[in-house]
Amino acid sequence: MNYRAQIRMLPDKRRLHMHDGPIDVIVEAFGEVSEIALAYRAVAARFVEVLDELCGELEFLRRPACEDGHIPSGAIARRMLAAVRPYASQTFITPMAAVAGAVAEELLEAMISTTSLSRAYVNDGGDIAFHLQPRKMFVVGMVERPDRASLFGTTTIKFGDPMRGIATSGWRGRSFSLGIADAVTVLADTAAMADAAATVVANAVDLPGHPRVGRIPACELAPDSDLGKRLVTQSVGVLAPNEVRNALVAGVRVAESLCSSGLIRAAALSLQGETRVIGAEGCSQLVDIPVLDRSLIHA
Amino acid sequence: MADDAIRCDACPVLCYIKPGRTGSCDRYANADGQLVRIDPHVVLERAVSRGDTVVAFLEKSREWDGALVSGEETFVTAIGAGTTYPDYKPAPFIISSEVAGVDMVTVVTEGIFSYCGVKLKIDTDRHLGAECSTVRAQGEAVGHVTTNEYGSQMLSLGGVRHLTGGSRHEGTATCDTLLNLCNGKAVELIIENGATIIAQANKAPIVDGVQEERMRVGCGSATIGMFAKQWFGKVDEVVVVDDHITGVLSEHQAGKLLGVPESGIAMKGRRSTPGRYFRVAEPGTSWGGTNIVDPLSILGPFDREVARPGLRLLMVSTTGEHYAYFELDDTLYPVEKELPAALRESVARIRENCEPALCTALFMGGAGGSLRAGVTENPVKLTHSVRDALTRVTCGGAPVYVWPGGGITIMADVSRMPENAFGYVPTPALVAPIEFTLKLSDYATLGGYMDHVRPLSSINRDEEGRRRLAARPDNPWPLASEKSEK
Repeated sequence: MNYRAQIRMLPDKRRLHMHDGPIDVIVEAFGEVSEIALAYRAVAARFVEVLDELCGELEFLRRPACEDGHIPSGAIARRMLAAVRPYASQTFITPMAAVAGAVAEELLEAMISTTSLSRAYVNDGGDIAFHLQPRKMFVVGMVERPDRASLFGTTTIKFGDPMRGIATSGWRGRSFSLGIADAVTVLADTAAMADAAATVVANAVDLPGHPRVGRIPACELAPDSDLGKRLVTQSVGVLAPNEVRNALVAGVRVAESLCSSGLIRAAALSLQGETRVIGAEGCSQLVDIPVLDRSLIHA
Repeated sequence: MADDAIRCDACPVLCYIKPGRTGSCDRYANADGQLVRIDPHVVLERAVSRGDTVVAFLEKSREWDGALVSGEETFVTAIGAGTTYPDYKPAPFIISSEVAGVDMVTVVTEGIFSYCGVKLKIDTDRHLGAECSTVRAQGEAVGHVTTNEYGSQMLSLGGVRHLTGGSRHEGTATCDTLLNLCNGKAVELIIENGATIIAQANKAPIVDGVQEERMRVGCGSATIGMFAKQWFGKVDEVVVVDDHITGVLSEHQAGKLLGVPESGIAMKGRRSTPGRYFRVAEPGTSWGGTNIVDPLSILGPFDREVARPGLRLLMVSTTGEHYAYFELDDTLYPVEKELPAALRESVARIRENCEPALCTALFMGGAGGSLRAGVTENPVKLTHSVRDALTRVTCGGAPVYVWPGGGITIMADVSRMPENAFGYVPTPALVAPIEFTLKLSDYATLGGYMDHVRPLSSINRDEEGRRRLAARPDNPWPLASEKSEK
């Protein structure tokens, strides 16, 4: 048992909030009251192991994913590696690109494997894994700028849809990005897949060498970053409309190829107020309906 | 590679954190080589301010004893009361604390204020721009010039029309400007057809690249009025040099009343009323906000019919920073002499009476809407309770002025709040801490969420890493009863 982790019910008495080091998740289960209680107990029991488990293999997880045959021992680490492996031959990527999604997936698994829930989700800092029983659905809000907690659109995911994971990446988020997207939100079959893909697509939304994009080697900001000396985006000045378009086109191209290979199902790319939506069913999946900001109460 | 990074041991990630940066959790930071906990909930501790108000994480001499929060000596502010996640319940903390036998309740929340702004007071005698002129930041209109107060120019920044009534860029620039000012950071403000100002709360304003030092004691004419009696008999003529109104003792009403005889002085500039002159020189950064270096340059030749050799003349600026003493020679030309001891005191007195020039920022916001519903099921009762002074409102522990009339419209000095007390949402609007403190019995009466009230002692036990700050000695203790405050 670790004594760092904080686990509590939120004041709404519905959601469970769990925090440990850099991991902060909100969990909600739906169904019979007794099943929810069991599920929360199970997810809390798994949660307290997560950070130590990951840190035990942190060195490996921070190295570029490659086909050297090494299989990490932790279940979450294996999910991370599996999610980033499809990209390893074409681009620099470490398993850390999928850490949040993989944690969400693992925690969801801990909840639903022993209980019967109609719906459940694990939201790990915006990367979400969810579970649906037949005829159930989720409405998911999308955040354009992770540093600002408001929603710019919603999407509905039904039982029959293949997606069970959603993730968002962008330079304003907590993790470093090589690109300039304010946010790239990806729907994929699993949360770890969505997480890895969101990172890759957000990196692709870029204007290399643009003078109004401030970039700093990642290691200068965080000496132990898995990105090493790679330049990470720290500021993006106001861009001309054609520049915004060009950057988005570069991202859309990558997203479309991922979509055609089944790595993702849909994506919404957002840069300075412009949004592009892709995906086979994407146009119906990701609708840009502004919803009220419910994150804070209004004075 | 030599750097000052430190190893954070708050969790097994063991981040290596550079100065000024946070670890991967965004919660622990390297502040000048010290590991500190940042964003979280700020707990104001009523203790003697120790200079460094951020308490280091797990400071060895203050090992966790399970009782860091000890009753009424601690007050929980709203800063960080919200989580960073887009879904949480309003008023996340409703805390009780026993004060003098009476259970007090503090409802702690962070509210979104789109009806909000900053009233900025800039201590300067310089002309910053005409009243009603637009004030711009980042190229966008963020406010306007309002009244000229004594020794200061007021700017009104923000407000709902700039935040949400204009273009997206206007709103963003306004929100940014307000956020920076409220969080004690410097902003550049450009007044239409006027000056460019670098403003920062509780710092000297920088106007067109020149930092203001002191406020003048008054205009030149006012200075004559204030000091005429102290000069009388010790000197025959005094000129107080001022870019606005230069005063001349012998011609001024104050001098006339004392019976100061004419001196034969001849001032340049335009005479307004007796002893008061406009535009003796161009504006500048020298004597009394003018461009003059040699004070004699604003005098013409003395009147040969009136002046006499040996006449004693003091020239001084409105801040006392510049002064010179002259006596007329036989040709009636002023010759500089050492300032006599008898006059030295009056010059020093002018200087003493000049306060440091500052920019001061009051946050102004209205909590009339649903924020109140996070406190009570019957929102208007909260308004009434505040109005009846049963409920005390504070912002990050700082006292607020509650405007009379309807709603809960407050003003608070941002410099009395803890650092980085403000946040924002992309509405755009500011997120400000706000606390309501009242008796538990009154809280029940106004329909408070009694089942959410937690004892103060539970705050530290439930979650690690509250940010504990020493209370500012100049802020009244939020839980103190009115009577115990002197």
